[in-house]
Amino acid sequence: MTTHAISMQRAGAGADADAGRAGFGWLLRSEWTKFRTVRGWVIGMIVAGILTVFFGLFIAGNNNTACGSPGGRQLTGKACLPYIPHGPGGEVVTDSFNFAHQPLTGNGTITVRVISLTGEHADITGGHAARVGSGLMPGLAAWSKAGIIIKQSLHQGSAYAAMMVTGSNGVRMQYNYTGDTAGLPGKVSAASPRWLRLTRSGDTITGYDSADGTHWTQVGTVTLTGLPTTVQVGLFATSPTYYVTNRSFGGNSNQGGPSQATGAFDDVTVSGTPARAKWDDTAVGGGGPAGSGPGGPAGAPSGFTKAGGTYTVTGSGDIAPATPGPGSNYPTATLEQSLVGAFIGLIAIVVVAAMFFTAEYRRGLIRTTLAATPRRGAVLAAKAIVAGGVAFVVGLVASTIAIAIGDHLETEHGLVVLPVSVLTEIRVVVGTAAMLAVAAVFAVALGAVLRRSAAAITIAVVTVVLPFLLATLNVFPSGVGNWLLRVTPAAGLAIEQSIPNYRQVASAINPAMGYYPLSPYAGFAVICAWAAAALALAVYVLRRRDA
Amino acid sequence: MLDALHAEWTKLRTISGPAWLLVGVVALTIGVGVAAVGATHCPAGTQCPVDPAKLSLTGIQFGQAVVAILAVLTICNEYSTGMIRVTLAAMPRREVVFGAKAIVVTGLVLVAAALAVLGSVLAGHLILPAHGFTAARGFHTSLSYGPNLRAAIGSVLYLGLIALLSLGIAAMVRDSAVSIGAVLGLLYIFPIFLAFVTNTTWQHRLERWTPTNAGLTIEDTTGLHSLAISPWDGLGVLAIWAGAALLAGGLALRLRDA
Repeated sequence: MTTHAISMQRAGAGADADAGRAGFGWLLRSEWTKFRTVRGWVIGMIVAGILTVFFGLFIAGNNNTACGSPGGRQLTGKACLPYIPHGPGGEVVTDSFNFAHQPLTGNGTITVRVISLTGEHADITGGHAARVGSGLMPGLAAWSKAGIIIKQSLHQGSAYAAMMVTGSNGVRMQYNYTGDTAGLPGKVSAASPRWLRLTRSGDTITGYDSADGTHWTQVGTVTLTGLPTTVQVGLFATSPTYYVTNRSFGGNSNQGGPSQATGAFDDVTVSGTPARAKWDDTAVGGGGPAGSGPGGPAGAPSGFTKAGGTYTVTGSGDIAPATPGPGSNYPTATLEQSLVGAFIGLIAIVVVAAMFFTAEYRRGLIRTTLAATPRRGAVLAAKAIVAGGVAFVVGLVASTIAIAIGDHLETEHGLVVLPVSVLTEIRVVVGTAAMLAVAAVFAVALGAVLRRSAAAITIAVVTVVLPFLLATLNVFPSGVGNWLLRVTPAAGLAIEQSIPNYRQVASAINPAMGYYPLSPYAGFAVICAWAAAALALAVYVLRRRDA
Repeated sequence: MLDALHAEWTKLRTISGPAWLLVGVVALTIGVGVAAVGATHCPAGTQCPVDPAKLSLTGIQFGQAVVAILAVLTICNEYSTGMIRVTLAAMPRREVVFGAKAIVVTGLVLVAAALAVLGSVLAGHLILPAHGFTAARGFHTSLSYGPNLRAAIGSVLYLGLIALLSLGIAAMVRDSAVSIGAVLGLLYIFPIFLAFVTNTTWQHRLERWTPTNAGLTIEDTTGLHSLAISPWDGLGVLAIWAGAALLAGGLALRLRDA
């Protein structure tokens, strides 16, 4: 680098230091000076932060729940919430099922043969709204389930391990709400029954299945720490809200209604406990037959019968983590719903970032800049770092405020904000800031390639915002929407997903509910790849073209 | 006025940018529409809650961004190059200049939009029946079906109104980057908010009164009874937005120094 170039840089940076220290640090400093001395850009970034917080809180504060009996006192907000059980892992859970149980003290084993799983669900054929109370029609939900369970206590949210047959997911071993392991595939019937077994040994519970009652396969084993000496063991049945099978067409038109499942068992043996013929029937969390819960008709039939050696258990509800969207029993909200304002923040940031490069062309400043620093790639890198750094700081401050206040507002308005670990919360907040930073770098690079702000801004905004929008609208089948959310820069929004896609809860992959088809870091890698490709193209173009 | 129109027409046709952007509107709209209908199947025996017209016209969501660029640049390039001073010296009646620009740009956009919409609808008509969206199952893809014709004509007008809205905003803002940011925000943010808001009062307001949510109801051909606003009223709401933006832009042009 010539002395001439160095002196020009130093003039640009407005600093006086050793000439020997000239290098990338000085370049960064001169670009930072350019950025902070243009009032419009600074205002633009501040506006980006304010819009992110304002619109995030507007959305969070406008969700309101109301309840109350017709003609009776109307309640709103928090007063509407039922008891919200939390699982052993701290997550909010749904824990409603019908339970025919006995106490089990110490170690022991329960073995049953399941001879049928039948069910009824709301009649919502034809895609019409659920006609609740209009009667049920035969059929199972995909995750209707019946089987055997060892549970810490009858309290909702207590630890458990269960072996079950399901509507269309074969035999499963599930435990502590989030755990799910597949066993034998296929549907259960009298012609092809399923034998299930759970064995308790200390804190360890092991599940087995068998198609013939003699050849057993271990499905899984789980340690339930702190399991008391006496636990409840028995037969259960439950069935989640039934949805019309338009899961392939996005989430907005989902029509749901209640459903119930009935499991029929024989050859029931419980060993290891003082033999007891009596079974107690408890509808845990109001999980009796559909309609028998609070608000249902009084004197609803019991969910448990025993005739000869055959036991039948009928229940509704679910034993699963609570999820965002209509699949949950509670009005749930996710952490990241308070960050919806980041979309408008993104537009403002992209505008400033693109101008940060294109303004050099408009004023002819690019010739001065490149005379001072002939290494064009370094100029681009410095601009990208400054724009990305500012966007990161703005995004970090804005998303921290939006989540802190937004969660509070949502809780006050009667939503259950699904809790996540501190690490996940940090990933959501920092990830949102990082996504805005990468979008800013993408816009700087596009500005360098196109030299025109309008085109650069449009590409940066449309490739992030529009795939998200099209995936949330109900125009496409969700397969197409998911594909868009995998390959376009919009994939980066996955970094905001706080609740995993639990496969044991039927839910449409709809980004408005907080679900993305890619894992958070894979999605973030996609937008980074786009920014890197744009940067590479920009370096190539900058070197090849005259300024 | 004719002179003004002629001048604006000459300005637009003698640079290559606008022509490419118009080609972009047509190509992007049809391309996305073809991809959307090509990727959508309705297997026998399943329920497909798909609006064939809306699906075929998915490309409008992209095409409108290119229309916005064209309209914004028509105004903002005059400011960034200083051409505006020459223009206003030659034609001191600023509202005439602005009107001529609006007529020429909107006219060109309407022509491109007509081609884009025709291509998209034709693609839907040729591809969708083979993918299970047959008339026997209640899906109409032909333009002879009344609602489809309304959706097609309305979509052409929709893009014209987007051009006018963008022109108005650009005349107010003058800077191309800030203008395009404002237009894109106006077009895309409200539909995203609509996806997140669960409060039905606000859902209803967003559906009825925001430019894209209301304007694009013109493409709906199924479930019309459940729309928050009727298709033509929805387009009318967009026309109000465009009219207000034009008025504000025209006033800004008249009252401020160039």
